[in-house]
Amino acid sequence: MAAAARFLSRSASIKSAISNVNGGVHSCLGITLVRLSPNGTCSSRTQRRHVSHFTFQPDPVPTQYGPTQKMNLFQSVTSALDNTLATDPTAVIFGEDVAFGGVFRCTVGLRDKYGKDRVFNTPLCEQGIVGFGIGVAVAGATAIAEIQFADYIYPAFDQIVNEAAKYRYRSGNLFDCGNLTIRAPWGCVGHGSLYHSQSPEAFFAHCPGIKIVVPRSPVQAKGLLLSCIADQNPCIFFEPKILYRAAVEQVPTEPYTIPLSQAEVLQEGSDVTLVAWGTQVHVMREVATMAQEKLGVSCELIDLQTILPWDTETVCKSVAKTGRLLISHEAPVTGGFAAEISSTVQEECFLNLEAPIARELLKITIRTYNMSPLLPSALPSSHRSLAKPERGYPNVIQQDR
Amino acid sequence: MQNMLTIISNVFRGTASKNGARAVVSTRSYADFTPQATFDIKKCDLHRLDQGPPLKAVLTREQGLKYYRTMQTMRRMELKADQLYKQKIIRGFCHLYDGQEACAVGIEGGITPDDHLITAYRAHGYTFTRGVAVKEILAELTGRRGGIAKGKGGSMHMYTKNFYGGNGIVGAQVPLGAGLALACQYQGNNQVCVTLYGDGAANQGQVFESFNMAALWKLPCIFICENNQYGMGTSVERASASTEYYKRGDYIPGIRVDGMDVLCVREATQFAADHCRSGKGPILMELQTYRYHGHSMSDPGVSYRTRDEIQEVRSKSDPISLLKDRLISNNMASVEELKVIDVEIRKEIEDAAQFATSDPEPPLDELCDHIFSSEAPIEVRGTNPWMKLKSRS
Repeated sequence: MAAAARFLSRSASIKSAISNVNGGVHSCLGITLVRLSPNGTCSSRTQRRHVSHFTFQPDPVPTQYGPTQKMNLFQSVTSALDNTLATDPTAVIFGEDVAFGGVFRCTVGLRDKYGKDRVFNTPLCEQGIVGFGIGVAVAGATAIAEIQFADYIYPAFDQIVNEAAKYRYRSGNLFDCGNLTIRAPWGCVGHGSLYHSQSPEAFFAHCPGIKIVVPRSPVQAKGLLLSCIADQNPCIFFEPKILYRAAVEQVPTEPYTIPLSQAEVLQEGSDVTLVAWGTQVHVMREVATMAQEKLGVSCELIDLQTILPWDTETVCKSVAKTGRLLISHEAPVTGGFAAEISSTVQEECFLNLEAPIARELLKITIRTYNMSPLLPSALPSSHRSLAKPERGYPNVIQQDR
Repeated sequence: MQNMLTIISNVFRGTASKNGARAVVSTRSYADFTPQATFDIKKCDLHRLDQGPPLKAVLTREQGLKYYRTMQTMRRMELKADQLYKQKIIRGFCHLYDGQEACAVGIEGGITPDDHLITAYRAHGYTFTRGVAVKEILAELTGRRGGIAKGKGGSMHMYTKNFYGGNGIVGAQVPLGAGLALACQYQGNNQVCVTLYGDGAANQGQVFESFNMAALWKLPCIFICENNQYGMGTSVERASASTEYYKRGDYIPGIRVDGMDVLCVREATQFAADHCRSGKGPILMELQTYRYHGHSMSDPGVSYRTRDEIQEVRSKSDPISLLKDRLISNNMASVEELKVIDVEIRKEIEDAAQFATSDPEPPLDELCDHIFSSEAPIEVRGTNPWMKLKSRS
């Protein structure tokens, strides 16, 4: 969004709006300040903390899939898994601690309902879990493996990239592990620090042969997860852990699928295209609202949903219309998936672009432990996104009122 | 005078220590204490070893008091961390070590400060035994300036000389430990590396890769499996095909040690260190221990084990109580003396907690400090591409 302000300053029509805007923007920041924990003797205004704040906004209730029930994200995942185990007799769910319900309650009740031979724990061995899952899938059963945190997926990286992704190609379609779906909690949560906060989608995006999906809400999660399970390619499904409890929506109880590789335009606009996935979609929603109110900028918001293979058509069509693109994700800058989107869009839409494509991302590698004031300065946030470029973030933080 | 009255009244009330010995009436002078005693310790199960650690351990009064003080400090520190977490002063994940104190203290007693140690995420105890002050540990957990990592890190950012942390990814520290042992061998400095992991990590592939490398190249590495019976919420029987973790090294000799007895751990560590230092290669130790808390503060710890079980271990095998009984029943320390130590430790922990709560958080302009060891050769990019941040080394 900082980038959005920059774009707009280059285009003549909105220049005058910006200089009047700052007072409004910064006082809006003051309202959103939240004091998280006792600050002790520290009273300077620079120490007041900003939360990388977003509010989850539920989508309108879907009517085309039958009766709905109020569910949060983990319950919608449980519902999807329940539907799968009910309709597919070969489906099995395995991973660390899934039997009692999982550390995020995603598999609660499934073992009791479907038996311990279908929902079972594995020992602590990620490489083993995925390797084993590939074997199960190749033999014809629907394998749903859980990696307890996306941060722990790296021991399984070789199995995913070298084995799962290449199986069909290697065997000339004689064998494939399309029945494999890997689920993992993903993304920052504020107190997760180094190993409970990562977003590894970019590492896997570099690997042809797998699909990567990140939902933004319970309705999306259930539909996309069921699509992944049905899809005849190995899929990795990242679930934003901060939304497990925070995101509540009316979710259909019957199974339904949301097509993969189709980005969703959440909000139409004419001045700038915002692309995000997972938790960031909600932050960008707020940015779009703030931009409309404070800068008079009309934003088109796209939820990418499937990272690999991603919907180039929707994004490029949008950029052709607006001429400006801002991509936002939680993962670090270099080699983050925004780089791939950026590169493709500039290739396809070069003549449509009115400003360089901007990325609003995790710019430093600190992941904080204690909800410290360092966290919001690290994560992409709506406040920073709106900051007038030459001021930079330290001034933004000082503006608390 | 008051002291005398208290002591006499204690006798009249018939205070008895666990072993039934009565508290002694007269004021004690330190000359009355036994300077050292020999204790029988449990025989260790052996794997591929003809001889194991000795069956008797000598404990001097000074050592006894030191171990007691260290273990008690660790216990109180972890309980204080529990309290701070519940008060939401510590927010990040917190994995507590209480119940396992004898392991850390015994290991430290069997090696020298020049030896190296690396462990997994349940690391606060080892951070302390390797030389970091309690207040720096607590301040790091609360994210304050006075923390060992200047409050910028948290639980997994505690390092000190010859202590390579706190490692979050299960089993990832084991190949690192083998590498540290290689460095010791290469530099010919007669040091060993103690590499710790848990019963859950024992099923990770990289652990076996490390065993192979260490055995092949005869690295001076003491692999120690701290078996506290539960890998998060999974009991060892449900996680491992073989729960004899000391044998899992296969071609590496192994010892199974009672991890609740500090003397047993010390003797075994000494034995293992001698084994490594004599060039015989790696050795594997399994410490049978128990943690009172759950896996982390988010885990109540009672959904996969009964409160009775925890209570039983607390009453029968608590490492601090075991040592205390030994000291008192062998006249190496008095109940009062230990009480005084307890009071001192309580105060020390209270002061540390006070510091950890009242110390200011690191200021925002320190965000990018300490990235470079000397003056920054390049500017540090800020969160916006046109912004440069200051970095002091």
